[in-house]
Amino acid sequence: METITLSSLIPIFPELFLAISAMLLLVIGVLKGNSSTRLISWGSVIAFAIALLIMTKGGIDTEPALNNMFVQTSFTFFMKLLVMAGLITSITLSVQYLYQDNIIRFEYPLLALFSGIGMMLMISANDMLSLYMGLELQSLSLYVLAAIHRDHIKSAESGMKYFILGAISSGMLLFGISLIYGFTGSTNFELIGTTLANELSLGAVIGFVFILAALAFKISAVPFHMWTPDVYEGAPTSVTALFALVPKIAAFALIIRLLFIPFASLHDQWFQIMWLLAFLSMAVGAFAGLRQNNIKRLIAYSSIGNIGYALIGLVAGGEAGLSAVMVYLTLYMVMTAGIFGIILCMRRDGYGVTDISDLAGLSRNTPWLAYPLAIFMFSISGIPPLAGFFSKYLIFQAAIESGLYTLAVIGVLTSVVASYYYLRIIKTMFFDEPDDKFDSTIESSRKLIIGLSLFVVVGFIFNPSPLIEISANAVRGLF
Amino acid sequence: MINFSILSLLTFLPLVGVVFILLTRGNEERVTRNSRRVALYTTIFNFILSIYMLVNFDGTSADFQFVEKTEWFPALGLSYSMGIDGISLFFVILSTFLTPICLLASWHSIKTRVKEYMIAFLVLETFMIGTFCALDIVLFYVFFESVLIPMFIIIGVWGGPRRVYSSYKFFLYTLLGSVLMLLAIIWLGMNVGTDIPTIIEANSIPFHVQLWLWLAFFASFAVKMPMWPVHTWLPDAHVEAPTAGSVILAGVLLKMGGYGFLRFSLPMFPEASEYFAPMIMWMSVIAIIYTSLVALVQEDMKKLIAYSSVAHMGFVTLGLFTMTTQGVEGGIFQMLSHGIISAALFLCVGVVYDRLHTRDIARYGGLVKNMPKYATVFMIFMLGSVGLPGTSGFVGEFLTLMGAFQVNTIIAVFATTGVVLGAAYMLVLYRRVIFGEQKNKDAAAMPDLTKIEYGYLVPLVLIVLWLGIAPSYVMDKVAPSVEKLIGQYEAGLTISKGGK
Repeated sequence: METITLSSLIPIFPELFLAISAMLLLVIGVLKGNSSTRLISWGSVIAFAIALLIMTKGGIDTEPALNNMFVQTSFTFFMKLLVMAGLITSITLSVQYLYQDNIIRFEYPLLALFSGIGMMLMISANDMLSLYMGLELQSLSLYVLAAIHRDHIKSAESGMKYFILGAISSGMLLFGISLIYGFTGSTNFELIGTTLANELSLGAVIGFVFILAALAFKISAVPFHMWTPDVYEGAPTSVTALFALVPKIAAFALIIRLLFIPFASLHDQWFQIMWLLAFLSMAVGAFAGLRQNNIKRLIAYSSIGNIGYALIGLVAGGEAGLSAVMVYLTLYMVMTAGIFGIILCMRRDGYGVTDISDLAGLSRNTPWLAYPLAIFMFSISGIPPLAGFFSKYLIFQAAIESGLYTLAVIGVLTSVVASYYYLRIIKTMFFDEPDDKFDSTIESSRKLIIGLSLFVVVGFIFNPSPLIEISANAVRGLF
Repeated sequence: MINFSILSLLTFLPLVGVVFILLTRGNEERVTRNSRRVALYTTIFNFILSIYMLVNFDGTSADFQFVEKTEWFPALGLSYSMGIDGISLFFVILSTFLTPICLLASWHSIKTRVKEYMIAFLVLETFMIGTFCALDIVLFYVFFESVLIPMFIIIGVWGGPRRVYSSYKFFLYTLLGSVLMLLAIIWLGMNVGTDIPTIIEANSIPFHVQLWLWLAFFASFAVKMPMWPVHTWLPDAHVEAPTAGSVILAGVLLKMGGYGFLRFSLPMFPEASEYFAPMIMWMSVIAIIYTSLVALVQEDMKKLIAYSSVAHMGFVTLGLFTMTTQGVEGGIFQMLSHGIISAALFLCVGVVYDRLHTRDIARYGGLVKNMPKYATVFMIFMLGSVGLPGTSGFVGEFLTLMGAFQVNTIIAVFATTGVVLGAAYMLVLYRRVIFGEQKNKDAAAMPDLTKIEYGYLVPLVLIVLWLGIAPSYVMDKVAPSVEKLIGQYEAGLTISKGGK
């Protein structure tokens, strides 16, 4: 056992800082009560911003910390960057919503903060134990968040569903980890990797499949997607935004690290599983979304489909495939941030509305919401010249490079099917007769987020290289 | 020679107009008036610019001219590269010519959301010109596919009663075809390159791969043309689109399919083209005869012209896949001529539709009495569509049939019957609308052409006649590029045959 020195903790500084800030903010919250919700929200945003700075200063490829349980590479750096950006965005988006819907609880931003710490730990985990701790920290915080509107029956229901199914998946994860430990004698990623490369036992494969199933649940890949539409619909909209923006990215990062570090030698096994997950997710995401009338449910199916596309990149593997995944996830997050920024503005007479038909005629009475949403919708269905086209382009390019022709053809065909429901939203806003206007009190921070994501979605075509190069760079840190 | 990036200027100038429209402030009436004017002036200026380009175009050269190339996406080897040759030159001119005409045609007929309408048309113009100028396949795809966005909005917002259905059908149909092409483009990009001239020169794709790639490109272009049996979106889209939407659709968007065959399928996959040519020619013949027969029984004027478009595009594909000089030149000429004539016919329908708000042929009759000038103009376009010598329609059909006779007599004979059928349905349409007794009072009371209508119809009349009488101005500029294309095609065939 080596002794812990301050310098050996450098890679984990951002997480430590966030944990300390979370405790301090918690104390403030307990002392000042729910009236401090706004203060704590902005406090959490600032904490994330400072943690971002600390992480940038700390650099990458440092020595592993905490007895080789925690690593920081260019890959984890990039993914944590996304997670923090996503959390900053979703907390910012939520502040006004909490007050409007009277969910004024200081726990809200704190739970988001804790879940963020969990996600960051899980991305950087280099050991099954630290993985599990990070994963549980984020899951438990998110269960509570889903049910935070506890007087509201749908919110309570969605929290309950999420918790029960999530608990089952955690159980599977633990079971898988124990099998892996039993058959390889280690919980450390690298040691598992070398052991499995030398000798592949059936027990380890079974354990691996359990782990994979649990993580497929976290990214809501079909057939482990059942919870997603209900939780997305039932949770308060700002929480849905958080769910759509962040946890899947963290879980995806974890899957990538697991598949390419400890389980790299099981490539033949996971290749088939992931192929099937990608195919099913794209198909279900496209077809099940066709008949949805609630925009939150629709986005849930859309996110299932989009995970399917990201999985194509994962199946393709290699530098091209994985950097395509990262570009895809980044741009997906940007688009989702904009979309939820707009969904959160859908309020009439002080109440949030979430039916697609509520958007009727939006282009005529609130064009400045309708046009961005239409652009996001065209983008997410992959129509050039918007950013969504390029993220799909990279994914399909990776697929074709690795000879996954079937998956690529299925992918483009399902994207045509899915474009139908995105078009439906545009049709409702532009072709239908106007409904009553939405309430017009919208915080400037939300406008800023919509504006920023619009800028990225439209402007990506002019200079796509930086993101692609950063992603490619990050992926090199993985191998 | 021109020493500035004229193609980029042409392509993106309409977007400058969009910026100006977005900047207009004031009450609604003022915004409406200003945005109409800004859009019109921008497109007219763009047209003048394109004429300047035409004058400076070296008609004796078969190379790409006004070439621009800058890095765009270095990580993936994509570049922003533009250039035109004799094949694309006139499609660019067609786009810049028809857009101001469309705006004039919607001057009074579009009353709601004028600002958005003008923006949609300007954006559409950018994408259309970009499609014909792009020399990088991915750049081409970006422009080609972006066209869907403004067109979807134009049909859906300003269209007729079944606009929603038609706009979906248009969008999804075209998208379905294009995504397969996207995969083929990606394959080409990975294995050969993305620069169009380089791919053509390389000529290195094995036959069995060519077949797949050819089919993927075919899926997209056949839908866009549209070829029988994937033409069913076109009548719906035409009927529901506003007049100007139909004009652009028939005048320019359909030509993207034919242009695609010329730019990609034929030179890049010569062996596959040769392999599939009989299939295409038979499909074209079926299209010509079948859709002509369908057109005969239409009661809706726009639907009739829409079906006639499919038939005329059948001549185009027939001509292109003969791979003879006459056939290909005829196909190109037929596309240009159809671009003008069908656009003009849709405008003629628009003229009476604006007055009576119906496209039902039976509601009209005897218009020659109260609208003599209209009857004259309509007659010229009708005869052009029939292919009367002296109009542009004749040259295209004649050349394509000449090409077809050299390759396959039976097909050519069948296709020729299409000319007869074409005369039948157009003359029936003309007789029922223009001659006969005046059954309906409201139709009999319609005033003749207004000044604006004159303004956009007369140039079209002149062009139809000019191209019919003196096609050589266009043909001389097209010919070198066609020769080069056929040379590349034949080189592709001999190299592979020698290698076998």
